Amino acid sequence: MTVITLTIDGRSVATASGATLLEAARAGGSAIPTLCHLEGLSPVAACRLCLVEIDGDSRLQPACVTAAAEGMVVRTTSPRLAELRRTVIELLFTEGNHVCAICVANGHCELQDLAVAVGMDHSRLPYRFPSRSVDLSHPLFGLDHNRCILCTRCVRVCAEVEGAHVWDVGWRGEHCRIISGLDQPWGAVDACTDCGKCVQVCPTGALFHKGDGTEEKEGHPEQLQVLVRARQQGGAP
Amino acid sequence: MEIPNPETNQPRTVLIDPVTRIEGHAKISIHLDADGQVETARFHVVEYRGFETFCEGRPFTEMAAITARICGICPVSHLLAAAKTGDKLLAVTIPPAAEKLRRLMNLAQICQSHALSFFHLSSPDFLLGWDSDPAKRNVFGLIAADPELARSGIRLRQFGQALIEALGGRKIHAAWAVPGGVRAPLAEGLKERVLGQLPEMFAIAERALALFKQLMDTKLGEEREVFGSFPSLFMGLVGSDGRWEHYGGGLRIINAEGSVLVDGLSEDAYASVIAEAVEPWSYLKFPYYKPLGPEAGSYRVGPLARLNLCERIGTPRADRELIELRQRGGRVVSGSLYYHLARLIEIVACLEGIEALLNDPGIEGRHVRARASVNALEAVGVSEAPRGTLFHHYRVDANGLIEKVNLIIATGQNNRAMNRTVTQIARHYLDGAHLSEALLNRVEAGIRCYDPCLSCSTHAAGSMPLQVRLYGADGALVEERIRG
Repeated sequence: MTVITLTIDGRSVATASGATLLEAARAGGSAIPTLCHLEGLSPVAACRLCLVEIDGDSRLQPACVTAAAEGMVVRTTSPRLAELRRTVIELLFTEGNHVCAICVANGHCELQDLAVAVGMDHSRLPYRFPSRSVDLSHPLFGLDHNRCILCTRCVRVCAEVEGAHVWDVGWRGEHCRIISGLDQPWGAVDACTDCGKCVQVCPTGALFHKGDGTEEKEGHPEQLQVLVRARQQGGAP
Repeated sequence: MEIPNPETNQPRTVLIDPVTRIEGHAKISIHLDADGQVETARFHVVEYRGFETFCEGRPFTEMAAITARICGICPVSHLLAAAKTGDKLLAVTIPPAAEKLRRLMNLAQICQSHALSFFHLSSPDFLLGWDSDPAKRNVFGLIAADPELARSGIRLRQFGQALIEALGGRKIHAAWAVPGGVRAPLAEGLKERVLGQLPEMFAIAERALALFKQLMDTKLGEEREVFGSFPSLFMGLVGSDGRWEHYGGGLRIINAEGSVLVDGLSEDAYASVIAEAVEPWSYLKFPYYKPLGPEAGSYRVGPLARLNLCERIGTPRADRELIELRQRGGRVVSGSLYYHLARLIEIVACLEGIEALLNDPGIEGRHVRARASVNALEAVGVSEAPRGTLFHHYRVDANGLIEKVNLIIATGQNNRAMNRTVTQIARHYLDGAHLSEALLNRVEAGIRCYDPCLSCSTHAAGSMPLQVRLYGADGALVEERIRG
């Protein structure tokens, strides 16, 4: 294994060649916020929260899909990045209908935690209040499009880990939304194995167990890593 | 406040805007005829909420949390009504421990809300006097004048709030009652802690009772006859054996003579006896007893109604007070000033109820939640809120998404009684040429007998006609616009 050395937030970090900047930064003790990223799933760089500054590159780069390179000088925090991350969170809040007070995930929500972390005490952008639906057609689970941030964790876990590929992203632009089957009600999709992995990895209250009320959803995305490692090792975790 | 010009010979309007020390915003208008006599007086609710509409499309499992947020004063009432409606959509019988715990929380809620109404909001009127400086006629003035009474009121409210918090995890908007039961069983050590506090709370309630009864017999003798003293129907929940009830039982309606018009009616059939009228000048609806029509069928709910409806409370101290109340006011007490006395009696009943529930081993059961899918598409849930009977009525689709919501709130049911009370007080105290501060205070205090909660009761959307009237300084109508 070739080891490369780079500088992250003023610290010298050694990492395996081929590692992403996110992996290198976390190994080196720098906390980079992420939302769409989940260890065990392929990265998609959709949320843009992990953008970092790299010396010699005028553009910001998403750490989850940028390979670490020898001699790179990277900053994971700066006033510019802080402003940008807060704006990203504000955009996510304003383009959906996120009402924490009555949400199943209140208190256990990654989006809510990040809003606190980036200091979003209010939104500087106007709320759009889109008209979106709730799908309760599945016997066990529900999908509330109002709370979906299109991170596509559910799409990836279903296709890559469960192998059922129930979920996809349908439509375009502001009409983008998660669809099941060929845009059928979830309960009508035969491919669904009722495994619930999509619910476990959802960072918000968009996917939930039916019957759960306010504050009752506690997602456990870390269980995915146990499963993925177990498969890689071909045995028990 | 808009003082009419006594020189003109036009119909005049007196506005009290806003009415203070009630939960929410409202205004009162007094319409005078050309002779300066009170023609009519109205209590306007000028807030608009719209809960019934924006709940549509949401999973019914969220209704407890959404509707609890209608109000921060008595969120428990909506929580319980929503959870009870949810139980019926699941078609489950909740575990016995869960029902006992829900009852315990409702008693704590009634206790803290009544303490707020009596000590913080209303007692400054009685104790500091109608003509006292408005800047001091509030809870701070009370603290200065009678620190012990003010402190004990705060302690009593704190007791109820702390019990709600201990059960539900927080004082306000605890999402603890859910369709099928409650989320957590009784916490260890709570029983002993609450039982230890009860003697002090009984003492506070009994001191307040003694004080208010003395005021009723002396200083408030005139107000007792003028503040909403008229015959009307009363409605509320009554236990199957005629006992005072706040959570289960059936609906009873009596008339001013005490004759039972409706008894043991299931909440499912509420629409067969209750209809809702709409007036163009208020966001508050006017429910009434159908067979008698909107005027004669108007009824009162709340503490006084509950005490008028039941045969007995079923606990010794509260029953002694109930007998005394009936000795003072008759078997069916019709004066709304007695609402305050009824509130204090109910505080005693709640404290006794809390004691009995905590000493019941059944409340310590660990199985507190039944789970099921949607098994019914329409349900009505009812509970007694501190201010009166609260109905939640939901219709859902096969998956449990809300299609239709109707909420009937205590303050709405007392709406016509509040208007009659305002008119009665204005007629009695208004001297055509002179508007005294004491009159305006009495009009507001008349409303406060009902402890109206306007944030709860203005939830309707889309159906409310709106009338806007503009009056000139001389009292003449300048412009009128009507919508809907």
